[in-house]
Amino acid sequence: MELTKIQEFDLNRTTMVTGSEAVVKCLVEEGVDIIFGYPGGAIMPVYDALYDYQNEVKHILTRHEQGAIHAAQGYARSSGRVGVCLATSGPGATNLITGIADAQIDSTPLVCITGQVHSHLLGTDAFQETDVVGISMPVTKWNCQVTKAEDIPAAIAKAFYVAQSGRPGPVLVDITKDAQFGEFEFEYEKCQQVRSYVAKPIINKDKLKEAAELINQAKKPLVVFGQGVILARAEEEFKTVIEKAGLPSAWTIMGSSALPTNHDLNVGMLGMHGNYAPNVLTNQCDVLIAVGMRFDDRVTGNLEKYAKQAKVVHFEIDPAEIDKNVNTDVAVLGDCKESLSLLLPLLKENNHANWLNEFYRLRDVELSKVINAETNPKSGELTMGEVMRRVNTHTEGKAIVVTDVGQHQMIACRYAEFQQSKSMITSGGLGTMGFCLPAAIGAKMGMPKKQVIAVVGDGGFQMTIQELGTIFQTKVEVKILLLNNQFLGMVRQWQDLFFDKRYSATEMVNPDFQTIAKGYGIASKQIKERELLNDAIKEMIEHKGSYLLEVMVGKENNVFPMVPTGCSVSDIRLE
Amino acid sequence: MKENNSSVKSLPFGEVRRGQYTISVFTEDQIGLLNRVSIIFTRRHINIESIAASESEVKGIHRYTIVISEDEELVKKVVKQLEKQVDVVGAFYHTNDELVFQEIALYKLPSTLIVSDGAVERIIRSHNARILAFEKEFTIIEKTGHKEETQLLFDELNPYGILEFVRSGRVAITKPMKQLKEYLKELEIASLNN
Repeated sequence: MELTKIQEFDLNRTTMVTGSEAVVKCLVEEGVDIIFGYPGGAIMPVYDALYDYQNEVKHILTRHEQGAIHAAQGYARSSGRVGVCLATSGPGATNLITGIADAQIDSTPLVCITGQVHSHLLGTDAFQETDVVGISMPVTKWNCQVTKAEDIPAAIAKAFYVAQSGRPGPVLVDITKDAQFGEFEFEYEKCQQVRSYVAKPIINKDKLKEAAELINQAKKPLVVFGQGVILARAEEEFKTVIEKAGLPSAWTIMGSSALPTNHDLNVGMLGMHGNYAPNVLTNQCDVLIAVGMRFDDRVTGNLEKYAKQAKVVHFEIDPAEIDKNVNTDVAVLGDCKESLSLLLPLLKENNHANWLNEFYRLRDVELSKVINAETNPKSGELTMGEVMRRVNTHTEGKAIVVTDVGQHQMIACRYAEFQQSKSMITSGGLGTMGFCLPAAIGAKMGMPKKQVIAVVGDGGFQMTIQELGTIFQTKVEVKILLLNNQFLGMVRQWQDLFFDKRYSATEMVNPDFQTIAKGYGIASKQIKERELLNDAIKEMIEHKGSYLLEVMVGKENNVFPMVPTGCSVSDIRLE
Repeated sequence: MKENNSSVKSLPFGEVRRGQYTISVFTEDQIGLLNRVSIIFTRRHINIESIAASESEVKGIHRYTIVISEDEELVKKVVKQLEKQVDVVGAFYHTNDELVFQEIALYKLPSTLIVSDGAVERIIRSHNARILAFEKEFTIIEKTGHKEETQLLFDELNPYGILEFVRSGRVAITKPMKQLKEYLKELEIASLNN
C-alpha cells in the first residue's frame, strides 16, 4: 500500500515531454523570460514548443541571427543576466559566430541554442548541416552537442552555470532534430558545480597582504580597472577601496561607467584614444593596480615601454590573465567583489593629493588642446564631441549608451557621462561593426525603464540596419543617434595619418536614412546646423517611442588624443 | 593549474628558455575535447611534435601527452589556457629531466632482407629491437625508446630499404609523486566555490 503511494507520487512528479518542450521548460527553470532568435528547419520543434509558452518566455524575432545574438549581448550587458538566443542549423548557426566571438572576448554570459540535423545525418553534408560545435569551439567558453532528448536538461543546466559563473562567457548547445522530437521524463536540476572547473579561485590571504603593503607604500599609485568590476558587481567595494586609499583610477572602455564619471578619483579613459593624463602617468606611477582588466594591446600600447618603472598588482578572476601581457609583482586571484572587500581593512587612509593634482594638471592640458575644440566648437562643421556633450546635458548621465565601432565609439566612450554602472555597452575586444543597433534593442529589453541611446556611425548602422524591422515589430523604444560623416571614419583616419591620405574604399555613398526610418515607422530628423543641435537632441530624448536623429558631422575629423600602434602610452599624441 | 605545481618556476623577466616541454592534459571523457585542446596550440601557431591520448588510472579521466619545443614563458601561457577549458581537469608541463618517457616505433622490412643479409640481423640485435611478426613477404620490427634511439635504428635500416615506418607519440610519466586522485579531491573542493 505504502509502495503504491510512492509510485503514484513519482508518476505525478515527472511528466513525459518532448526534447523541444524540455528546452523551453529548462529556460523557464532558469528564469529566462526573453529570448532572441530566428526560426528555421532544424529548430522548428523548439519554436513549436515556444508557441505554448508565450506567457512565460517572450521570443523576439530579429531580422538576422547576428541581430539576435547582439541583442542577447545587449540584454546581458544592461541587465547582468544571461542572454539567450535561438537559431537553426547551418547558416542560422554560422550567423551567430560573430556575436559569440564578441561575447567571448568581452566576457558576456550567453546561452546559444542551435538546432542541428538528425543525428543519423551528421557528417553527411545534409541540408543546412554545419559542424557548429567545431566552428564555435575557439570562441565559446564551453559548447556541446546533444543527440538524445534525455540529455537536454543536464546540457542546458551546465550551459547556464558555465555561462554566468566565474569569468562569464558564451556557451553553445547544439541539439539534433531527433533529440528535439524524442520523449522522456522531464526533471530539472540546476547545475551547482562542474568538477573540472573552478569558477572562482580561492583568495590567497598572503597575496592580499602583499598587495595591501605595496598599495600602502605607494607614493604614486594608479588604478586601472576594467569590466571585471562590473561583472563581479563590485562597484561599491571598488569605490570604497579607492576612496579610502586615495587612488586615482582610470578605466578601460569595458570598465566605463563602473565609477561615476564625475568622481574626483576618476581620472579618465585608458588606451589608444583615452585621456592624456592616465596614459602619460601610467609611465610615472610607482604602483600600478589592475582590477578586473586584461591589459589589451589597445590599452597598453607597446608592452616593452609600458609601466616598466612600476610594481604591478593584478586583481583578477581568470588565472590565464596573470602575466599574459604584463608581468605582475603580486597577483590576487579571485572574484574582485570578495578580494576588494578583504583588501579594504588592510589599507591605510591616504589622499595622494599632489599626485592626483598631476592628473588634473594634465587634464587641463588635454582640455585646452583637444577637448574644448571637440566638445564646444564655435564655428565650422558639427563635431561628434559636441553632440555627446549635448546628450549629456539631457540624459544627466542616467541613460544607457550603446555604441557601434569606430570614431563615434571612441568619442562616445571619451565624452559620455555616467552616474550608474552598466551604462556603456560597446564592442570592446572584437570591435564588431553592426553591434550597436541590435545590442541597443536588447539593452532596452534588459532595462526597460532606462533611456537607451544607440550612438552609431553611418558605416556600422548599415551593417545591421535590418534590425529597424525588429524595432518596428516590437515597438521597443530605442533612440538612434546616427553620427553621419559619410566615411568609414576610423579607417579613413588611419589612412590620413599612416597611409598618405590614400582613402581606399572608405568613402560612403549613403542612402536617405530619413526615408528608411519612415518606412519602418520611426520618427526621425536630420540636422546639419549647430543652432539646431540642442533642441534636436532634446526632442529625440523626450519623444515617446523610437527615434532616429541623424547628425551630419565633419567628414574628415580625427579622434585625438591617439597612441599610434607600436608607441608607448606616454607618447600619446594630442594632435 | 589550479594549484601552483612545483614544476612551474618563474623565470627572471626577459630570460628565454627555449626547450622541449611535455604537456600533460587531464580531461573529462567528452567528444570534441581533443579539438578544444589542439585549438589552443593552433591559435598561437605552435607545432605539436607528438601527441598521445589514453584513459588515465582514474576511470573517466583521459590524458593527453603533448610535446612541443617553445620558450618556457609561452609554454606557461599555453598551459594556463588549457587549464582554463571547462572540461579540462588539469594541465601541467615538464622538462625532459622531470619525466620518464617512451615512444614506440614499428618498421616493416622485406623478409628476404633478414634472411639473406646478416648485417640487418646484427643491426636489429644491437638495438635490442624485437620481431613482432614474420611473414613470407615482410617482417615487422618493434623498437621502444626515446626518439633518438628509434631514429638511429631507422637511419641504420634505411639503406637496406624500409617498406613502412611509424612512430607513436610520446607517453610520459612524471617523477614528482603527486597523485591524480589527490589532485581530483582538491579540485572537487575548489570547484564548489561559486
